[in-house]
Amino acid sequence: MNNDTTSRLKGIPASPGIILGKARVIDRSRVKILYQYLINKKQVNLEVERFKEAVRAAKEHIGELRGRMPDPLKAHGFILDTHLMILDDSMLSEATVKTILEEKINAEWALKRSVQRIQKLFSQIEDTYLRERVNDVENVAQIILRNLAGKEPASLSEINERVIIVAHDLSPIDTSEMNIGKVMGFITDVGGRTSHTAIMAQAMKLPAVVGLESATQAIADGTLLIVDGHTGEIIINPDDDTIIEYQERQIAHEKHASSILRLSHLPAETLDHQSLCIKANIEFPEEVALALDHGAEGIGLYRTEFLYLRNRDLPSEEEMFENYREVAEIIAPKPVTIRTLDLGGDKFSSTLPLGREMNPALGLRAIRFCLREKTIFKNQLRAILRASAFGRVRLMFPMISGIQEVLDGRGILSEVMTELDREGLAYNPDIKVGIMIEIPSAVTVADLLARHVDFFSIGTNDLIQYALAIDRINEHVAYMYQPFHPAILRMIRQVTLAAGEAGIDVSLCGEMAGDPACAGLLVGLGLRELSMNASSIPGVKEAIRSLSAEEAVADIEEIFKLSTSQEVREFMNRKKGLNAC
Amino acid sequence: MKLEKTFTIRNKLGLHARSAAKIVELAGRFESCLYLSKDGCEVEGNSILSILTLACIKGAEVTARIEGQDAREFMDSLGELIEQKFGEPQ
Repeated sequence: MNNDTTSRLKGIPASPGIILGKARVIDRSRVKILYQYLINKKQVNLEVERFKEAVRAAKEHIGELRGRMPDPLKAHGFILDTHLMILDDSMLSEATVKTILEEKINAEWALKRSVQRIQKLFSQIEDTYLRERVNDVENVAQIILRNLAGKEPASLSEINERVIIVAHDLSPIDTSEMNIGKVMGFITDVGGRTSHTAIMAQAMKLPAVVGLESATQAIADGTLLIVDGHTGEIIINPDDDTIIEYQERQIAHEKHASSILRLSHLPAETLDHQSLCIKANIEFPEEVALALDHGAEGIGLYRTEFLYLRNRDLPSEEEMFENYREVAEIIAPKPVTIRTLDLGGDKFSSTLPLGREMNPALGLRAIRFCLREKTIFKNQLRAILRASAFGRVRLMFPMISGIQEVLDGRGILSEVMTELDREGLAYNPDIKVGIMIEIPSAVTVADLLARHVDFFSIGTNDLIQYALAIDRINEHVAYMYQPFHPAILRMIRQVTLAAGEAGIDVSLCGEMAGDPACAGLLVGLGLRELSMNASSIPGVKEAIRSLSAEEAVADIEEIFKLSTSQEVREFMNRKKGLNAC
Repeated sequence: MKLEKTFTIRNKLGLHARSAAKIVELAGRFESCLYLSKDGCEVEGNSILSILTLACIKGAEVTARIEGQDAREFMDSLGELIEQKFGEPQ
């Protein structure tokens, strides 16, 4: 580890904000456990007492943490209640005492045995959520071990200067132990956007980047770090210029963030009074509250793959229905667009009869899969239709390449409606049906497709990949993933024009939608509805309020004369510079 | 007294951490002992971990066996808890 050279890491942005500070690397080296044989009864009894004392101290410690949990985290308090219950559980404490007495071994080793037994039992559980509860057992056992070793509660509570926490992973106990006032943000090796760390960081409004893989190895304690919670970028040992640049960005961001969040509930209207409808993309019902907090005017894309990926069994109609209904009810009277199963390609499930393919992006996925596996598809359509009785639900088919798939999809939909009629189940017979425009052929026949659907939603992520024939995950060609490619801009305009002529709604829901720098471009291309991650909404609304739609349309005429992504980017940067003056 | 009754778990998440915790809490309030079984596997109702290992998802059938003085009241309370889907928002 060289302490002077600057290096960078890239992870998953989990909670927005930019910070500059010193790293505090949390040493996760676990307490080493030694086997010890106890010689006499007196020793055995003492050992039992020692174990009970360690459990008692752990209870007291967790109870105390529970009591002084900062307000934004109170909602997560039940996690610690569960920990307390596990401490009392016979499988853990009683079993350990029994092992000490019967096998005459030390408390640490006996506890390790109990944990291993529990791990084995849990590893056989099929449900992912339940299986992962074993982490709670491991966390609790760590606290007991720490007490047995006579160690002070982890260094987390002793943090007395403002630091950025660098850890392999953070447990709920870890985050509760922290002196939150001193923590500037979190970065971890593991975790995703919905991990415990991410949720906690968002609740506390602290920047966080997760999934960095090697942060704890690459970063030494006390190193200066820049953490960008928007992009997921970490700069280790930044040089003076970079520090100055980020400090400016940080100040600008903080000023900006507080001012725009105040305004995010207001409509997004351009300077020349064109209103745009800004919606949120979600994956879980729990995200609806966050979307509303950030000023979403509906859910523009509700991804439904999670339930299929979570269990080894296919989700039941009932389970899907309850999830969809929950979202429809909470967001009402605002609308929610539910996208039917979009699996296959890079998203693969062991539940579904999908084979490994040579070319998954072009294979049996999404609507193609659904039209073949009619029973699976019908189950989901039933759940969506039934949820439509409880709010403003719209239905959307992904990966449409031409008219036939729309007709087939709608055909199955009316079969399902007839079934529901027969069973006397309520649904909205006038449910709006739309399609994702993400395959170049759909762009080309957008005028024909528009006659058969109620709305279009342009998925730029896949559209760019298919139109430019690049796999963005492939590092050798990822540089060619260019949202500003003249071909992409022309495609978007072709779709908005076709929708306009047919008089149907059109929105855009790829990453481009959430980039404030693209707002002018998208308005110019004729979009009046965008859907993005909730945290991007305030920034995009702000960008829309500071632009003129008329000017944006005029700019597009100029941009359409340019021939490369680079030229488009330069044009947009020049515009930005002009506006700043 | 010895009572036995079979319930269908109807709450969305099944017997997960929160709902299992509620059963353990309930068990603590009664003298009688509770045993839960599913697919021939029986566990003690006062252990959250044991209940989790039963892996009861929505729709699962669980048999409760209660032995002791206040078995009747215990069974009624348990039935109510399961019936009301553990107080989870719907």
